[in-house]
Amino acid sequence: MDVAIIGIGIHPFGRTEGVSGLEQGVHAARGALKDAGLEWTDMEFAYGGSSAAGNADAMVSKLGLTGLQFINVSNGCATGGSALQSAYMAIQSGMFDIGMAVGFDKHPRGAFTVNPQAGGLGKWYGDIGMALTPQFFGMKIQRYMHEYGISEDALVRVAVKNYKNGAKNPNAWRRIPFSYEDVASSQMVCHPLRKYMFCSPAEGACAMLLCRADKAKQYASKPVFLKAVAVKTRQFGSFEVFSQSQALNRAPAPTAQAAAAAFEMAGTGPEDIDVAQLQDTESGAELMHMAENGFCEDGDQEKWLREGHTEIDGKLPVNTDGGCMANGEPVGASGLRQVYEICLQLRGEAEQRQVPNNPKTGYTHVYGAPGLSGVTIMTN
Amino acid sequence: MASVANQVPIAEGLFTWPSNDPRLLGSKCRDCGVVTFPAQSGCPACCGEATETIELERRGKLWTWTIQGFLPNRPPYEGPETPETFKPFGVGYVELPGQVRVEARLKTEDPAKLRIGMDMALVVEKYVERDGKDVIAYFFQPADET
Repeated sequence: MDVAIIGIGIHPFGRTEGVSGLEQGVHAARGALKDAGLEWTDMEFAYGGSSAAGNADAMVSKLGLTGLQFINVSNGCATGGSALQSAYMAIQSGMFDIGMAVGFDKHPRGAFTVNPQAGGLGKWYGDIGMALTPQFFGMKIQRYMHEYGISEDALVRVAVKNYKNGAKNPNAWRRIPFSYEDVASSQMVCHPLRKYMFCSPAEGACAMLLCRADKAKQYASKPVFLKAVAVKTRQFGSFEVFSQSQALNRAPAPTAQAAAAAFEMAGTGPEDIDVAQLQDTESGAELMHMAENGFCEDGDQEKWLREGHTEIDGKLPVNTDGGCMANGEPVGASGLRQVYEICLQLRGEAEQRQVPNNPKTGYTHVYGAPGLSGVTIMTN
Repeated sequence: MASVANQVPIAEGLFTWPSNDPRLLGSKCRDCGVVTFPAQSGCPACCGEATETIELERRGKLWTWTIQGFLPNRPPYEGPETPETFKPFGVGYVELPGQVRVEARLKTEDPAKLRIGMDMALVVEKYVERDGKDVIAYFFQPADET
């Protein structure tokens, strides 16, 4: 049973004073219903997630107490992607015909606060100052740059591109482009990563309506088909966030495993992808994820960026909506924002940031603590 | 120098303590030989359950590093600094030969003094004073500074 996305909704990302995360989720849900011309009463199920803004299933008190199956999803930065995967499986299994995946969040300002014990780590790990995601990102790209001869230039170019794309996205948070100099001279946060190379915790919401592919045309003139959805967790030897120690022998990252599984499921390869959203927690992540997802060889990223291959008019546009850098990171919503953007691109509705030549196949990728990855492949 | 009675380790079982020559404690899988830090009961590599606690090497090579440039949120951070007194600190992974790569605070915060592959040595010393006692933690520093 193939699965289609027939409605998409979003609440603008960034900071919205006076509007709770839950209310933003309701706004996105209603937007997705309207997009498909459906009512909440038509939904047979929902999967929803939020990391810092309450329980997603509390939305039913605002959307209506219809008695539907609503399951909360919690899976770090891959929460949105995991909600989508759950919804996909619910339809693919034949149990349901139509339902919703929704995610929202509203994080306090500043860096994410981590509870080491909740992640199975000792209290001492946070006490001494090592339970911070930016440190991991700094250390992973530091090693990668050393191994593959990548310079800071590539880190700067990723950020400049993403803010430039974000400036063309009315739902993005940061909509003023930064110059090369702005990024390259911004404050050092976790060497070699600077302030404007990082995304920030933020707010936002996104919702998708999914149905059996054979019924998609009843609801949508331009349905988008989910050809693959894969979530993988770390295997022994991969270098992951919050690792008190690492094995001597490296293993492929969960992203590489999720990508391989998704390409196999879709029967396509990296060369078939026309537009991609890759987790850009910071510049280094986007760079490494280009290779981990199979789009380029390790070490080729600098050349790719200099030649503009990941720009909107390049051979593989990456993070056309500005990514996490320009949209911020509301953990529950980010994975679905990526899918929202790919749906717009495949429907030809991305306006100023539309990828030229009618893209047919899109790709999304999220990475989350403590080492998991979610990939989707979609076609129109 | 404070007496041992006035010193407490930041966590039990992370390193031998009290000791004149403290060593980090890891676990080694009796089935596949994989070493992890801190010591744990199951093996993350082969899924076996038979591990033994071992003392880890005191010296190794810097595998990667960064400099923490802002005061971490507290909790969970419990270091002694205030926003006014905070100074960036180094963090890295040190590869202990034949064993495991251990994540650690570094005693160096100058990027110019850190390079991947350099020799590093374990230091076990006071991290912070808490409730009238010195909290002892482990660090690594460039071996030529020991």
